[in-house]
Amino acid sequence: MTLLAVQLLNGFQLGMLLFLVAAGLTLVFGVMNFVNLAHGVQYMLGAYLGVTCASLAGGFWLGLLLAAMAAGAFGLALEWLIFRHLYARSDLDQVLATFGIIVTLNEAVRLLWGSAPLELPMPDLLSGSFMLMDGLRYPVYRIAITAVGLLVGLALAFLVNRTRAGMLIRAGASNPDMVNALGVDIRRLFRLVFGIGAMLAGFAGVLAAPLVSVEPGMGENVLILAFVVIVIGGIGSIRGAFIAAILVGLVDTVGRTMITDLSHAVLSGQAASRLGPALASMLIYLVMAAVLAWRPAGLFPART
Amino acid sequence: MLKQLLGGLTLSVFAFAAQAQDVKVTVISTLSGPQATLGEQIRDGFNLAVEQLGGKLGGLKATITVVDDELKPDVAVTKIRGLLESTKQDFVIGPVFSVVKAAIFKPVTSAGAYLISPNAGLSTFAGKACSKDLFVTSYQNDQPHSVSGQFATDQGYKKAFIIAPNYQAGRDALTGFKSRYKGEVVSEDYVPLTQMDMQSELAKIASAKPDVVFVFLPGGLGINFVKQYRQAGLTNIPVLSTFTVDESTLPAEGDAAIGFYSGTNWAPNMDNPANKAFVAAFEKKFNYVPGTYAAQAWDTAMLIDSAVKVAGTDHEKLRPALEKADFASVRGSFKFGKNHYPIQDFYLAQVAKRADGKLQTEIRKKVLTADVDTYAAECQM
Repeated sequence: MTLLAVQLLNGFQLGMLLFLVAAGLTLVFGVMNFVNLAHGVQYMLGAYLGVTCASLAGGFWLGLLLAAMAAGAFGLALEWLIFRHLYARSDLDQVLATFGIIVTLNEAVRLLWGSAPLELPMPDLLSGSFMLMDGLRYPVYRIAITAVGLLVGLALAFLVNRTRAGMLIRAGASNPDMVNALGVDIRRLFRLVFGIGAMLAGFAGVLAAPLVSVEPGMGENVLILAFVVIVIGGIGSIRGAFIAAILVGLVDTVGRTMITDLSHAVLSGQAASRLGPALASMLIYLVMAAVLAWRPAGLFPART
Repeated sequence: MLKQLLGGLTLSVFAFAAQAQDVKVTVISTLSGPQATLGEQIRDGFNLAVEQLGGKLGGLKATITVVDDELKPDVAVTKIRGLLESTKQDFVIGPVFSVVKAAIFKPVTSAGAYLISPNAGLSTFAGKACSKDLFVTSYQNDQPHSVSGQFATDQGYKKAFIIAPNYQAGRDALTGFKSRYKGEVVSEDYVPLTQMDMQSELAKIASAKPDVVFVFLPGGLGINFVKQYRQAGLTNIPVLSTFTVDESTLPAEGDAAIGFYSGTNWAPNMDNPANKAFVAAFEKKFNYVPGTYAAQAWDTAMLIDSAVKVAGTDHEKLRPALEKADFASVRGSFKFGKNHYPIQDFYLAQVAKRADGKLQTEIRKKVLTADVDTYAAECQM
């Protein structure tokens, strides 16, 4: 396999991981018109719960299941305690309150689990790897994440496009007042959506834990990328999030390599090693700006 | 909020212990946020030393205040100014990070206290802007990176692939490596500080086939790199590093880190009586393996102890006593250069598993002997 092909695969795989996080965010943002900055800490909480549940339950799989359920339950509790009081308020109030949750949960996690980063080992079943190119092995686990991302994408597409709940979610996304007027319990719908979103975030956190460092603040990096994904994809659209996540994954992985090489080809030495990385870290935001200039509501806007 | 409450609590707990004849020390360290593990090591290392000395430094009762700088230079300045205005301090110990040090240097030294840095070794204060009220017990920041460069040259590695985060300290690290590396740098990669997936860099390493990899990837970046490097099976290429595999990140990296190299001035297995006693007592009290941060903080407390024993708390008399550095260091021997930065040996250490299953870095080879940093010559004191 050539380097480019390997990078394409890496980008696709990163995209799938981003999709798992962004899917929940786009549902909550799109359907409830609720800016949930706390989505990132829910991802972090998932990873921490995964570490604890896996060691308590004595295995990755049971740990994954328990942690995803616990993350979903915690999300519902947050919704009941805090978020439901914010639906009617302005975006800024929501941003402020959910930002407060970020700060609180980050410190709470530090108090409970300590500030030292933790480790979640890969499940034995998927800990193998295969030769991808000369000298580089590819973990089976990463293939599994890609497959899970695809499955979750299909399941959500089915849920949103083929079920009654999905029909209400779509209706809620395009005109929540009308849905409410037609006698649908919009609060229950919101709670369902929020629970799914929180569970997906936690689920993604557990899946990512064997690859990355489990530490306080790990959610913020992901949150920013997830927002980029849903803005590019069109807020509220699962299909948009899916396509945009792959796009962001590819741009981040392949684009970063190419732009550094390109800057070395065009410029010389010191200038290139300064410009290349600077451009590379801006790349996904440039793509986002370009997409927004072309389609202000994102690629697949849910609300028209 | 909780943090401030706790901070206030520690203040008041120590306040009633203050007496006329005591030595007042403030420890400023990063104790919240993702980087808190490093700050906690400094606090724990310093506290252990004071406890071993019976709550005294140089025979005088030690009144210690712990301040969290939150890794924000403005917060650090506000807190330290407030503290120095209400109570005169003899020593300020800290911080972890160079950005904070640059910010608190003036407020501390102009208030008549010594600033002793157990970790941050900014080049700014090592050369022309060196100060008679500043001591550094760690190293000048360039030095640990140059250790790997020297080792790579000694081993005759022809092609090196080097990676650091895209910020000033990252650029300094790679410059430090290159300052002593004679071979060819096939790729010099800067990754965003928030990068979580290293897969792209790993593919480039595999395709470039270098003889050696050098990385400076602190905190979570390094944990991600180490785990993913092993998962990618790149075992045949040795990895030299700084602050990537150390006792603060090893618990999260696990067995994946075994075999990685690190350029350092100290490791827990260093063979001298002071160090053996320090590591044993530290692990007994805090239940984790200490890293360089804790070791340097312990040395800092012992340095103060040795100076106060001779000079009491008289600011001017303390200076020659501090410069003498007459204490048993965990590094075996310890002495200051004329810019108040240490002149010391540097080693190549390697991650290994101990008999009790815990991971630690272990000294493999002395690379630099009595190394003086490159800025010292410019210092006129």
